[in-house]
Amino acid sequence: MNVDLTVNGETAVLDVEPRLLLVHALRDNLGLTGTHVGCDTSSCGACTVLLDGVSVKSCTVFAVQASGHVVTTIEGIGDADELHPMQEAFWSSHGLQCGYCTTGMIVSAVDLLQRNPDPSDDEIRAGLEGNLCRCTGYENIVTAVRAAGRAMRDGAARHSVRELMPLHGPTLEPPPSGEGIIPPQFQEAGR
Amino acid sequence: MIPVAFDYVRATSVDDAVRLLREHGDDAKLLAGGHSLIPMMKLRLATPATLIDISGIPQLNTVAVNGGRITIGALTTHAALAASDALRASAPVLWDAANQLGDPQVRNRGTIGGASAHGDPAADYPAALLALDATFTIAGAGGERQIGAGDFFRGMFETALASTDVLTAIAFDAAPASAYVKFHHPASHYAVVGAAAVLTMNGGTIGAARIALSGIGDAAFRAGSVESALTQVDTADSAAVRAACAGAAAGSEARSDTFASGAYRAAMADVFAARAVALAAGRTKTRR
Repeated sequence: MNVDLTVNGETAVLDVEPRLLLVHALRDNLGLTGTHVGCDTSSCGACTVLLDGVSVKSCTVFAVQASGHVVTTIEGIGDADELHPMQEAFWSSHGLQCGYCTTGMIVSAVDLLQRNPDPSDDEIRAGLEGNLCRCTGYENIVTAVRAAGRAMRDGAARHSVRELMPLHGPTLEPPPSGEGIIPPQFQEAGR
Repeated sequence: MIPVAFDYVRATSVDDAVRLLREHGDDAKLLAGGHSLIPMMKLRLATPATLIDISGIPQLNTVAVNGGRITIGALTTHAALAASDALRASAPVLWDAANQLGDPQVRNRGTIGGASAHGDPAADYPAALLALDATFTIAGAGGERQIGAGDFFRGMFETALASTDVLTAIAFDAAPASAYVKFHHPASHYAVVGAAAVLTMNGGTIGAARIALSGIGDAAFRAGSVESALTQVDTADSAAVRAACAGAAAGSEARSDTFASGAYRAAMADVFAARAVALAAGRTKTRR
């Protein structure tokens, strides 16, 4: 049957089976592979997208249910040329390791800040309860959401997020060719 | 995971939904938020031939407070209940349950009607709605009828709803001295044990109590012996509250699974019932 979606501001008309899940419509029919399938059982949140502006697990929504509604995926939040402050903050605060949960985590965090622009750490953790990360232990994710919240409240331009995060030091430069990657301060001890 | 193929139709009104249910027979299921049904369909534990989407029916997603009586439309999402200041003030037991149910994404989609109709033994609402002695309004082939919470939740995934019934609203009297607390499963967020308390207070003493438990047996249930034992208990005496809550799960056969044994669930029923009573009693303090 016909499904009429607005995805990241563009209209998409699809002819699909009613059993097609929204996440598969986004990934397979529309090629928006930034939305991931993790647990596929409504637990992990990797498939989180915004439906009419609120976070939902797209593995637990049929595409036909979203017909006539507005979907925002991670591709609509920001891209490599123009990162959303939340994406910038996840990068600069190292709020990820393998990256699999990251897109869902960012969409949920954007939803959280829409409802609560200045959350406490406990509120950030509660707000991301529907997203599981098996790498980071969540500390840097909370740091990233806090930083993004600060940047968004201040209306800061994209580069200022990193300035707000002095703990993470200067960007690592790649080593000159032929040299090892042991930082200078550890080279003496390593010999 | 892909569900078995089905036909999808949209109902435009409650009458239309009842008509579609009659037309499509026992193989049809109603779809609201889908957060109980779709996971079961993906596991192929449910294989309806037709889904009747009722999410677009207007006027079923409201919270109305009218002279101490609260009426909630069946399509009201958990998120809307969790954000309702009126519900928080008038019946915090249900506000607690809505806030502790699932996670933000689940709360944004799932509805109180859908969760109640599902009859999951580990769901949060059944305990809260039993303790509130809520009334369920049901539209069916024979017209509209009302049924009490005690008769609604019948067993594991079993309610009083017949195959052509549509749950439209849930109503209850205001209960400001009330609370729901749970021991949640860390992955699924379902209740390993959930306890709801609705108290009528005489100063610091309990005049009457309704205590209901979820997550323990095949369906949520009222803990009658605890309700009797709590009468006349001074809530400042925490040892007396705990003593009255002993044996809270006695009326049920506590289930064992990989996460908790029946004996552990029964022990936690006592602990969480006492915590619910303490929290509910504390909510009256500002008015004394």
